[in-house]
Amino acid sequence: MDRAVVTHAHRDHVAWGCGAYLAAAPGVEVLRRRLDPAARIRGVPYGEAVDMGGVRVSLHPAGHILGSAQVRLEHEGEIWVVSGDYKTEPDPTCTPFEPVRCHTFITECTFGLPIYRWPAAGGVLADIHAWWRANQLAGKTTLLFGYALGKAQRLIAGLDPAVGPILTHGAVERMTAAYREAGVPLPATTHVAASDRATWKRAIVVAPPSTDGSAWARRFGAQATALASGWMAVRGARRRSAVDRGFVISDHVDWPHLLEAIAQTGAERVWATHGYTGVLERWLREHGMDALAIETRYEGERDDAAAEAEEAPPS
Amino acid sequence: MKAFARLYDALDETTSTSEKVAALAAYFRAAPPRDAAWAVHFLSGRRPKRLVGTGRLRAWAAEEAGVPEWLFEESYAAVGDLAETISLLLPENPASGDQPLSWWVEQRLLPLRGQDEAAQKLEMLQAWRELGRRERYVWTKLITGSFRVGASARLVVRALAEVSGVDEGTITHRLMGAWEPSPEFFEQLLAPDTRDADVGRPYPFYLAYQLEREPASLGEAGDWQAEWKWDGIRSQLVRRAGRTFLWSRGEELLSGRFPEVEEAAALLPDGTVLDGELLPWSGASPLPFAELQRRIGRKAVSRKILREVPVVLVAYDLLEEGAQDLRGRPLAERRERLARLLAGTSSGGRLVLSPAVEAAEWTGIVAARARAREMGAEGLMLKRRSSSYGVGRRRGDWWKWKVDPLSVDAVLMYAQPGSGRRAGLYTDYTFGVWDGDRLVPFAKAYSGLSDEEIRMVDAFVRRHTLEKFGPVRTVKPELVFELAFEGIQRSTRHKSGIAVRFPRIARWRVDKRAEEADTLEQVRSLLDAGPAAGAVPGPGTS
Ligand SMILES: [Zn+2]
Ligand SMILES: [Zn+2]
Repeated sequence: MDRAVVTHAHRDHVAWGCGAYLAAAPGVEVLRRRLDPAARIRGVPYGEAVDMGGVRVSLHPAGHILGSAQVRLEHEGEIWVVSGDYKTEPDPTCTPFEPVRCHTFITECTFGLPIYRWPAAGGVLADIHAWWRANQLAGKTTLLFGYALGKAQRLIAGLDPAVGPILTHGAVERMTAAYREAGVPLPATTHVAASDRATWKRAIVVAPPSTDGSAWARRFGAQATALASGWMAVRGARRRSAVDRGFVISDHVDWPHLLEAIAQTGAERVWATHGYTGVLERWLREHGMDALAIETRYEGERDDAAAEAEEAPPS
Repeated sequence: MKAFARLYDALDETTSTSEKVAALAAYFRAAPPRDAAWAVHFLSGRRPKRLVGTGRLRAWAAEEAGVPEWLFEESYAAVGDLAETISLLLPENPASGDQPLSWWVEQRLLPLRGQDEAAQKLEMLQAWRELGRRERYVWTKLITGSFRVGASARLVVRALAEVSGVDEGTITHRLMGAWEPSPEFFEQLLAPDTRDADVGRPYPFYLAYQLEREPASLGEAGDWQAEWKWDGIRSQLVRRAGRTFLWSRGEELLSGRFPEVEEAAALLPDGTVLDGELLPWSGASPLPFAELQRRIGRKAVSRKILREVPVVLVAYDLLEEGAQDLRGRPLAERRERLARLLAGTSSGGRLVLSPAVEAAEWTGIVAARARAREMGAEGLMLKRRSSSYGVGRRRGDWWKWKVDPLSVDAVLMYAQPGSGRRAGLYTDYTFGVWDGDRLVPFAKAYSGLSDEEIRMVDAFVRRHTLEKFGPVRTVKPELVFELAFEGIQRSTRHKSGIAVRFPRIARWRVDKRAEEADTLEQVRSLLDAGPAAGAVPGPGTS
């Protein structure tokens, strides 16, 4: 492909080897680290229109991760919006989601079932800190797993360095540095490789989920593990992931906010992709909307584990 | 109810046995005895009979949550647990009052029985509206009767012992058999006076680990009693106050199932307890285990089946004589008393002394073990002649020494469809063993079962799917299979830390409950025993 418009830098949304990339300005540095350093990436500010073969293309905040964007396409008065991944919850590490009015809305629906309703992030962070303190008392290193790009920085932003040192896995540290370069304020972190062993028992280590149980993780000895993910809303998913705790914190919309976001676009037609597409299609149709489940060439973001395994040092 | 829901979560959130025991002990210390009694009741695996049909629960919950039936079903498919699906779908509640667990059980749950549908619906909706999300989950779990939490009865016993200072053996004993979850019961459970009165109550069974070393490492052969390890139903026969109680190891009262044995037991003096094995018996040897299966589960025993599959109790041990607890006496003495007692009872061959394997040297015992299959036995039991009769599974004084050391009883965890002739049937299985209270995937095996058994397992998988994951189904951990394999070695690539070579299903252990399957620790102990294994094929079992 010659030209690609990128919603965000997660592996399932970026193809390698395109001639030129168009991305929201705040996400350029992050995207560059996921691509060839020589890749041609053009950053445009949110809301600024670019003409592409007679189509007005503009990018609008999706609130998913730093630089994530919805793509608005306008041609002869007809407006389409491709949501990419998004959430409407507040997140201090990225620009908040902005509803964009359109005729056709192509929306993700990773968590498109009514069982998914996110608790307030503040309460979840309080639970994480309480768990971290309990681990310190029990003499265990705290390992908190989350995707290296986005989730990890959102977690770090919410952590209180007064409780103990915040350590990072290499893949997390790399992306965290990119966030800092982009001007996102984050508490101080230390790459595990550069950390003092003596601090490990008091520390919280933020690492990709794929490192759970690896030789890399075993170095910490006695440890308590947790995964931060929307999937953790279901006990079975937590048991299957074999971590001690699951914290429900997601960078995707939950069911009520998905429906709300759709309503806010004023769209008369909705295409569902990336998740529970059939469910969303049927729900919307039963509520009088023109909806269609569409296939994508992407597998869907069950998680970024495979991508992150590439980045993890060999164990 | 909040405290109990918190306990549930605490147990669910840790895999550490000591943390679970600490959480249980903290709950039992703080809870009012009436609540604690119910907690013991549920946590030790007792469950209320199904009170409300799941079809109705689904319909009412969907209505209350404002989701159509199809969306409820989609949600259920994603969650895999009905109570959890309901708790996730119902609207959030503002925090409300906190009635104790016992109030919820006695005032709200038990009265559901016998109510008509309309009354049940009103009651359920009301309860869901009053409870917060976690409490609602636990409450609905109790209603659906599928209350299983990450704590085995053994951990409950340990916590109760910690709280009361009474030894675990006594607590286990007090929890056996039938009891009412009342405050009086809970107080009696923790009472320091350990002379208990309940007439039918058996003693906790003493169980052995598999011997993984050379028997000579146990010391002098003369210090050990060797007897056949039979493959029947391990049982205790309790004869007290003119009544007979026949218990299985799973604490199930077998009374009425084996009338010929009970008839003979009536000849025993009051205050007698035998430990033994119920076996289908003909002449001087047992019939195949499959014959016994024809008697298992049959409540009505016909003359015909009694004639075709006569059952006897092969007695291993004498736990009580003259109403006196003999468990602390040496085995040699108990055995002598047992022999004398049985010799003096004309049981018509229904109560048989377990034949000892007479051999002065280990070589003789080893030779006997090699004949075990011919005898219809699984191997040998080696018991130290000076040993007392302990509680639970212990190392040291009693060992089972099965013929094929490389076999493990494992629980079916995951199933996926086979290919070729068996396409569409669930024939590829992953089995797990217990690590504390959770199952760890341990080996994969492709059938080895008969076609009829495959059909039965297939039907089970379809009816008891907890979760679907692509073609793989997570099934209710209920079925136990004996797996045989050629080699075993450590592996860092498997979650269990173990890889086995050529695993296959030796047989379906219909006689075993999931809790009775082997533990990871037992499997690990095979590491040192198995014949040196070659390269074990890569991942795939976890
Ligand atoms: Zn994404
Ligand atoms: Zn995605």
